[in-house]
Amino acid sequence: MASNEEILAGLAEIINEETGLAPDAVQLDKSFTDDLDIDSISMMTIVVNAEEKFGVRIPDEEVKNLSTVGDAVDFISKAQA
Amino acid sequence: MARKVVVTGLGATTPIGGDVPTLWQNAVKGVSGVGQLTDDWVEKYDLPVKIAAKLSVPAEDVLGRVEMKRMDPSTQYGVIAAREAWKDSGIEEIDHDRLAVAFATGIGGVWTLLNGWDTLREKGPRRVLPMTVPMLMPNGVAAAVSLDLGARAGAHTPVSACASGTEAMAVGQELIRAGKADVVMVGGAEAAIHPMPLAAFASMQALSKRNDDPEHASRPYDIDRDGFVMGEGAGALVLEAEEHALARGARIYAELAGTSVTADAYHITAPDPEGLGATRALKAAMYDARVQPEDIVHVNAHATSTPVGDKPEYTALKAALGQHVDNVAVSATKSQMGHLLGASGAVEAVLTVLAVHERKAPATINLDHQDPEIPLDVVTTARDLPQGDIVALSNSFGFGGHNAVLVVRNH
Repeated sequence: MASNEEILAGLAEIINEETGLAPDAVQLDKSFTDDLDIDSISMMTIVVNAEEKFGVRIPDEEVKNLSTVGDAVDFISKAQA
Repeated sequence: MARKVVVTGLGATTPIGGDVPTLWQNAVKGVSGVGQLTDDWVEKYDLPVKIAAKLSVPAEDVLGRVEMKRMDPSTQYGVIAAREAWKDSGIEEIDHDRLAVAFATGIGGVWTLLNGWDTLREKGPRRVLPMTVPMLMPNGVAAAVSLDLGARAGAHTPVSACASGTEAMAVGQELIRAGKADVVMVGGAEAAIHPMPLAAFASMQALSKRNDDPEHASRPYDIDRDGFVMGEGAGALVLEAEEHALARGARIYAELAGTSVTADAYHITAPDPEGLGATRALKAAMYDARVQPEDIVHVNAHATSTPVGDKPEYTALKAALGQHVDNVAVSATKSQMGHLLGASGAVEAVLTVLAVHERKAPATINLDHQDPEIPLDVVTTARDLPQGDIVALSNSFGFGGHNAVLVVRNH
């Protein structure tokens, strides 16, 4: 079970690996598309890597509801519970 | 009168040089880029062929980590070569609607395809990366180069096995002549030093098995040749309408005076033993350039070092050039860097353009005992070409019976 801080740090690492964005640019209120400029293909790569890292399943139909980094942290946190 | 097409930029990443100045220096000196493979998969699968010619400067030394992740190695190599050629051309302002791309590959994203298959079997479908399709598609190189340059007049991918790179030159020339573009980034890229293609080429007895002596394995025209050596890399050239190049005061390396593409329609892999398709390609390219056999001073031969492939090219050269074939300085540069498959024609086009521009035919190495059935004048030590007007040819032939020829003239 990872804390929300650990999930955020883990996501930042995955996003950095995929896009080169600095980890401290990844904040809870940031939108994946509007702020971080992450396209749909990168988003799916990030989702799959997050599933492996946190041992959760993020269904494809849920991905469109994850508009901010905070949404993703909440989803992963609940899925781990 | 058709528009004249000139070459104003050159780029390459190869087993004997990660850029054009290094490639040219080594091609003139005569070095081998072939070595023993140290990858764990060589022993794991007990491959019969344990040698290849890898890039002398790995792609990760040139490209950023994140951009590499989104490109198959073949695309990485193509982008590296195209960026060098673009910078070399000195073009700063351009109408991007008049800039096209013709970038070839023989196989395309074979690493991506096979890695995706491994991932599917080992980890399941969820783990197959969403970038897999755009990375494995054969037009991936042309698309990435188009994206990189903002080239909007079409991005083409000629695929004709080992003739692909040369066919890309023909496509680029035709686009300019037809008035569909003023500048075309042409080239070829290949990254197939993977155990599966190595096993497949070895299975058809196409590869040299001189595993204990890699530097001497690629030996075109030598009586002891036993197959080609797999190479990898990319070559790129900026083709430009002459008036466009003159208007911006560009440095012009040479004129791409003629091209031709023919098909043997004889056998899926074996060359026509009489070289008829290749002969027609040579004659058609010389006609396209309006040159005579006597004008030719140099040929960059296809010459892969296979027992069956090298001789029909001689037969074709003799049929197309007549007695003048004896006066032509022939270079077999695959002796140095192996066979870059779909990239070979592009890298050899770079070398042919430089041969004309620098008036020097590059070296052919490992010719210890020339096959008496191939009595060409092979350049074993780099040789000066004459002053005055000179013309050179570059040949490429591919499985499927594809023949492609370039004619390069001084400008």
